[in-house]
Amino acid sequence: MPFKIIASQCTGCSACEPECPNVAIAEKGGTFVIDPKKCTECIGHFDEPQCVAVCPVDNTCVIDTSLARYQEPA
Amino acid sequence: MDAPTQQEASSSAIEIGEITKMIAEKKGCGSGRAGCGSQASRNDLPAETWEKVKNHPCYSEEAHHHYARMHVAVAPACNIKCNYCNRKYDCANESRPGVVSERLTPEQAAKKVVAVASTIPQMTVLGIAGPGDPLANPEKTFKTFELVRGAAPDLKLCLSTNGLALPDHIDTITKFNVDHVTITINMIDPVIGAKIYPWIFYKHKRYTGIQAAKILTDRQLQGLEMLAARGVLCKVNSVMIPGINDRHLLEVNKAVKSRGAFLHNIMPLISSPEHGTVFGLNGQRGPTARELKALQDGCEGEMRMMRHCRQCRADAVGLLGEDRRAEFTTEEIMEMNVKYDVESRKGYQAKIEEERAAKTAAERADLTKRADNGSDLKLLVAVATKGAGLINEHFGHAKEFQVYELSSGGAKFVGHRRIDLYCQGGYAEEGCLATIIGAISDCHAVFIAKIGGRPRAELIKAGVEPVDQYAHEPIDKATIAWFEAYLDRVNSGTIQHEERGDAAIRPRALTSAA
Repeated sequence: MPFKIIASQCTGCSACEPECPNVAIAEKGGTFVIDPKKCTECIGHFDEPQCVAVCPVDNTCVIDTSLARYQEPA
Repeated sequence: MDAPTQQEASSSAIEIGEITKMIAEKKGCGSGRAGCGSQASRNDLPAETWEKVKNHPCYSEEAHHHYARMHVAVAPACNIKCNYCNRKYDCANESRPGVVSERLTPEQAAKKVVAVASTIPQMTVLGIAGPGDPLANPEKTFKTFELVRGAAPDLKLCLSTNGLALPDHIDTITKFNVDHVTITINMIDPVIGAKIYPWIFYKHKRYTGIQAAKILTDRQLQGLEMLAARGVLCKVNSVMIPGINDRHLLEVNKAVKSRGAFLHNIMPLISSPEHGTVFGLNGQRGPTARELKALQDGCEGEMRMMRHCRQCRADAVGLLGEDRRAEFTTEEIMEMNVKYDVESRKGYQAKIEEERAAKTAAERADLTKRADNGSDLKLLVAVATKGAGLINEHFGHAKEFQVYELSSGGAKFVGHRRIDLYCQGGYAEEGCLATIIGAISDCHAVFIAKIGGRPRAELIKAGVEPVDQYAHEPIDKATIAWFEAYLDRVNSGTIQHEERGDAAIRPRALTSAA
């Protein structure tokens, strides 16, 4: 399942953007959003999801349980 | 919150007596420097270092009266979490590190720098100090430096970092000829570090606890050594956190000095609950004025200490203590067509240097006059000033007081007390007055250009003598004249010398900031 950023928590600091191995994070109106189609939970890249590890505000980058698990494009 | 309040000193906090004893054993300035302390002068710095810092307001106490600096907020990301920082809070009236009202792109920043430096010819320094960590934003930081180098080549570049990424960027820092780097080092013991830093982000991993602090201190000290080896001037900032790192900062001081730092700036923790930091919320208090001064004095024999730091915002503009950022809105600047004239800036600065030289010569002549008067009495006084080394501010208009220690050796600047944040926007005069008096209640006198009847009476009641007879006179001369008269009064038995109490460095806001 991809990660999402809780907009009300996001300080817009931009720490997550350059850390994402999938270039899935972009600014939108002062805060950042994750493109769920691009997010791989950093599996295969790093031991832990980079947006979660670098975000200064706890519980801001969270799993989006409403979406399905990531699958390789067919 | 059961934690200790502002007034209750934690039992493990620094003991003033202990520090004072240690200083006495060392007999003050062990190095035998003339005019020890933060008053950067030609006498107590190697010529090469003086040349580098003489126009830098943050590095030279003397220069900060003449020269201005500018911070550009291009670096919002950070790679460590500090318990004294909260990135969500921003108040336009608040001056403290990490606070900004807007972020700039490197292009916007460079344009703003050119506009400001053209308007304020005494601006000599462009610094990047966050609001996050400049080296956690290396692309934005170095792009800004590159653009500013091209557009305004006479400006000194300056960088403030937590040091975690520092060893990786030494080559780039020297490539852009960055003059000065400040590293915030709060500990060299990871056990203490774990109480200050909940986590760091390093090599794609989040580290916590002692392991995180160990990586951080190793990287900080390594970075400091590497910069010192390349001849880049390094200042170390430390936040004094009572009960956590207060005693330990003596060790930090030795460690950073031995690795080539030339100036140490020990700053008081800012921890109001309304700032929403971990320390603010768990009741961790900041140091009192006496505790801070005792620690600064305790470190002073080891190396130069900085005492004029205003803990400014990451987007501050102008002279220290006089923020002019409101005059330069990004919108206006982007529309401006500015011509950067290095020659006219040079001309203006040459004039400043002339005035400075004349002032220094006059001070030297004055120093020879005040030979040892035989007294070992030392006391603090507060001064209301708008600058130029004069007592020229009204009591009611003062946004801060400068604090001097008077002794047979002369008047020595030891710090300042901010009060502006607490007296704005129609707070009751009564509460405001009490706050101001609380900020200088370790002083025997306050020197002002003018004062009303009500505050005069309240000050006298609180034991602080209001002195307005030296209005518009030079601070050094006036305070020493008053001190000599004070000693005469004590010697003749007219008054009894009594020790003063303690003071709050940053009194808590009367209400939470709007």
